[in-house]
Amino acid sequence: MGSSWLQFVAGGLTSGAIYALVALGFAIVFNASGAINFAQGEFVMVGSMSAVTLLGLGLPLPVAVVLAIAAAAVVALIIERIAIAPARHAETVTLIIITIGVSLFLRGLAQLLWGTGVFRLPGFSGDEPIAVGNATILPQSLWVLGGAAVSVVLLATFYRRTLLGKAMLATSYNRLAAQLVGIDTRVVLFASFGLAAALGAIGGVLIAPIAFTSYDAGIMLGLKGFAAAMLGGLGSFAGAVAGGLLLGLLEGLGAGFVSSAYKDAIAFVVILAVLFFLPGGLLGTRHRDRV
Amino acid sequence: MVQRRIPAIASRIAGAALSLFALLPPPAHAQAPEPVRIGAFLSVTGPAAFLGDPELKTLEMYVERINAEGGVLGGRKLQLVSYDDAGDAEKARTFAKRLIEQDKVDLIVGGSTTGTTMAALPLAEQAGTPFISLAGAVPIVEPVKKWVFKTPHTDRMACEKIFVDAQARKLTRIALISGSGGFDKSMRGECLKTAAKYGVEFVADETYGANDTDMTAQLTKIKGSGAQAVLNAGFGQGPAIVTRNYRQVGLTLPLYQSHGVASREYIKLSGPAAEGVRLPAAALLVSDLLPAGDAQKPVVANYRKAFEDKYKTDVSTFGGHAYDGLMLALNAMKAAGGTDKAKVRDALEATRGYVGTGGVVNMSASDHMGLDLSAFRMLEVKEGNWSLVK
Repeated sequence: MGSSWLQFVAGGLTSGAIYALVALGFAIVFNASGAINFAQGEFVMVGSMSAVTLLGLGLPLPVAVVLAIAAAAVVALIIERIAIAPARHAETVTLIIITIGVSLFLRGLAQLLWGTGVFRLPGFSGDEPIAVGNATILPQSLWVLGGAAVSVVLLATFYRRTLLGKAMLATSYNRLAAQLVGIDTRVVLFASFGLAAALGAIGGVLIAPIAFTSYDAGIMLGLKGFAAAMLGGLGSFAGAVAGGLLLGLLEGLGAGFVSSAYKDAIAFVVILAVLFFLPGGLLGTRHRDRV
Repeated sequence: MVQRRIPAIASRIAGAALSLFALLPPPAHAQAPEPVRIGAFLSVTGPAAFLGDPELKTLEMYVERINAEGGVLGGRKLQLVSYDDAGDAEKARTFAKRLIEQDKVDLIVGGSTTGTTMAALPLAEQAGTPFISLAGAVPIVEPVKKWVFKTPHTDRMACEKIFVDAQARKLTRIALISGSGGFDKSMRGECLKTAAKYGVEFVADETYGANDTDMTAQLTKIKGSGAQAVLNAGFGQGPAIVTRNYRQVGLTLPLYQSHGVASREYIKLSGPAAEGVRLPAAALLVSDLLPAGDAQKPVVANYRKAFEDKYKTDVSTFGGHAYDGLMLALNAMKAAGGTDKAKVRDALEATRGYVGTGGVVNMSASDHMGLDLSAFRMLEVKEGNWSLVK
């Protein structure tokens, strides 16, 4: 029993990386609009389901994956134009409610398109488990972990080095002030939705070989991803990843050492405790209003 | 002489007129025989639609067929009165009430889920209407209710079927892992209850959430538990993840799954990891694998062909439950010589040797399901396909 902890950690990190990828999507939209995009899980689902369909059409896996990510981004951009943009002057709460509507709409549409079946993508590097000490990890888990790491680095660079990235950050701090210095906040919101959806879709195609996908896969992913984002601190990319990994580890270790019956409960109790003592989350940035 | 012949001629004319009438389509007010009313409340939409949808399709198809062939009980047509309860127990109760009081049905076939069945069951008992449920749980027929019968196998039978197989393989220390859904929990409970009867001892009892993506922690614990085999009571995608994680953590013990995964989807999702997995399943799913002499083979093959030809989708065991319900009802009416409710009920209870899609049904006063373990077949996944365990 003494050596099983490594397997608990490996399993936990796998789940954790999945949550982290979803949490990153929450962080992007939050940074742009101050709103929580509750359709984030659905963008993950749209990405993975599209990849399954494209693969079924006979496209090679890499092509199917890239097209699926693009498809999810396009869907998000269309939705932003139709549903989010007209309400951009509304309160944050209104935006949040609209995203809940969008998530229901996408789920219904997916059910019509793809039915209620469960689908799976093949593992990117096969399905042969890799031994790490006396634990095993699937090659796909490394893809997920690596995908999360690369996404964080790219996002950080994007926000720090590009004009659009800086504009997004400025908008999140103070929309009016950002407009005054000439930032088109409509473009910022538009772009951030596409970016968040693309990131969600990347997560979706990376995790579909492990966790499968179905029209309602977005519900659980959205919930756990949101929890991870809250735990790490909303709006912080490093926080999203840390929150996701921590949530996964808590679940894995909880299921292993305490009881699998309390796995979800343990994770959520810890989240509540963190938020109670650290309302901003672990790495949450305190908002400073600065023009 | 002439006077005496007149009535004879009159009766001949009347007779000819009557036979002419029989040839013509009957006008609305004609004395057509009263139809036999079959009531149904099913979960055609909502979360249990995968149950109710094939059930309704099956009932509609066979009512249409039987009417086209001249009806039942010497020319009486079947009339199907069906309602969609969307899986809502409260609605199911309302519809059952309407079926009994307003539609005055002769018999009820339905209740896709255990919840809707249990909600409607007291009404059928009170009104004295024969009621054949299509739901799985044991409490529907245990204790026996006078007017209530059911067609599907129970999860208890699935446990027992697995234990019998395990016994034959001399596996007595079994690790249990189960999902957190209603089906999973119920089956876990039944397995724990019946284990002792088969000399099975549970050395682990792990659970996972319906949408969990990683079960390696639970399986690692099981690996260290000294089990000789593992039993997963689960439904949906969870068991496929368990199967993949099972191979990932290097478990090589025999793995049993429940009848909840008896579909092609399970093999597809699990991939090569499913090789060697055993599970109990109804004959309907493996109709093409059954040996030629099998009593159920013609029944399941016919039903499968009829359903798949008409609806162009894969047959499911749930539609088969509705087929059995309707046929049991019609057989009982034939035996009772009519639709008198008390007589039909007695005839249902006296059903012996009915060969259906679910198995061979032998009802009795103490058994309103009438299936034994032969209703389940033990399957093993071999080379990405089902095979029958001899």
